[in-house]
Amino acid sequence: MSQIRPLFKREFFGYFRSPVAYVFLVSFLVISVSLAFSRYGNFFKSGTASLESYFIFFPWLFMFIVPAVGMRLWSEEKKAGTIELLFTLPITTLEAVLGKFLAGWAFLALAILMSFPMALTVGFLGQPDWGVMAASYLGAILMAGAYLGICALTSALTKNQVISFVLSLAACAVFVFLGLSSFTTTLESVLPVSVADIISNFSFVTHFDAFTKGIIDPKDVVFFLSLMGFTLFLNVVALER
Amino acid sequence: MIEVTGLVKTYGNKRAVDGISFKVNRGEILGFLGPNGAGKSTTMKMLTGFIRPDAGSATVGGIDVTKDPVAVKRQLGYLPESAPAYPEMTVEEFLSFIAEVRGFRTTTQKRERIEHVLGLTHLSSVRSQTIETLSKGYKQRVGFAQALIHNPPALILDEPTDGLDPNQKNEVRSLIKNMAAEKAVILSTHILEEVDAICTRVIIIARGQVVADETPNALRARQAGARLDEIFRTLTA
Repeated sequence: MSQIRPLFKREFFGYFRSPVAYVFLVSFLVISVSLAFSRYGNFFKSGTASLESYFIFFPWLFMFIVPAVGMRLWSEEKKAGTIELLFTLPITTLEAVLGKFLAGWAFLALAILMSFPMALTVGFLGQPDWGVMAASYLGAILMAGAYLGICALTSALTKNQVISFVLSLAACAVFVFLGLSSFTTTLESVLPVSVADIISNFSFVTHFDAFTKGIIDPKDVVFFLSLMGFTLFLNVVALER
Repeated sequence: MIEVTGLVKTYGNKRAVDGISFKVNRGEILGFLGPNGAGKSTTMKMLTGFIRPDAGSATVGGIDVTKDPVAVKRQLGYLPESAPAYPEMTVEEFLSFIAEVRGFRTTTQKRERIEHVLGLTHLSSVRSQTIETLSKGYKQRVGFAQALIHNPPALILDEPTDGLDPNQKNEVRSLIKNMAAEKAVILSTHILEEVDAICTRVIIIARGQVVADETPNALRARQAGARLDEIFRTLTA
């Protein structure tokens, strides 16, 4: 497992060797902050010292933004032929998968944490509940990992980055829409309620919501972690086949 | 050092490699010849553990590549065809990454290995250039440097002189020759003069099978007075 370190380093700093990282970080912050300030977010109008109106858009935003980070993970290696170089180095597939995933996740976590001026603003304007805010950040980072797991998997399936992006987007969208009330009502009309319930339990939105209210429920944490574990397992299988 | 027995690989209904067997000892430079699509690269990819053979086995230093791929990869230096490398990294960053994965963890160890291969492959002048800005000849040398960084006992080179100018070709050949004394080297090529210049043994494959396995002199003796490319043509036609 000591081989993860060099792989992680190469991948993580690889984002900064091209303009990708800067374009991504800036656009992520601009979009997420302007959504909070928009009339849908009501950051100021709501009159409460919290970042709830900031985090509420994250499941939607991640749907587009995480595939942009994840699509290149394997597709690029396959296209450039460097995958042959990588897999003739003395590393196992699992080490390669973990090294890349953790690098992408760390990059996403960095993007999320760079919104700290928002938190400081709220702290300056009022008395926010810092615990709730910390829970929201934790939830956002965990959710980003789950999204990234899906994107890493779809990226391993193709050498075309566009296909990889579209597949990731579609797969992530499913996990978001599962939680919408309109979607679950339709589901309940065709399927038994218990089955529909189970399906809607897979939604990112419902699991993330608890975090934004300051509740760190082990079942939500386990949900995101196990989704990561499962997609990474499939990722190894996809690369070894 | 390297032993291949009955390797088979089938893609769809096309048998790319059809029961290839050979052996390479330390001190030997094996020239791997054949027309395009004969199965040279596929054989090398199986030997390096990049793809799984459908049947047969390949061992390096007595270790089976399907049983313990990581141990085999540790002993191999491999230059894949067209020398892939991460384009956005500089030559030094790239070699430092490879050195680290190859187990050179301290800065002094890494530095020592990088300086050594930069000198061997004459890359010092472009060390801080990104790989995407390099010409083909330099890229090829980066691939070569990467394969040599851990001083492996076995070297597998897929068309190492491809895309180089005549001077660079000469340089790479003498480099291979100088190292070969204590290494087992396999190099694939379709340049016949290369065989004459450096190889101690030649294997010619056609349609996935070995059609000749002998010294360059024995190959030449097959048809007295004929040129190597004529012999090559009769064997692979």
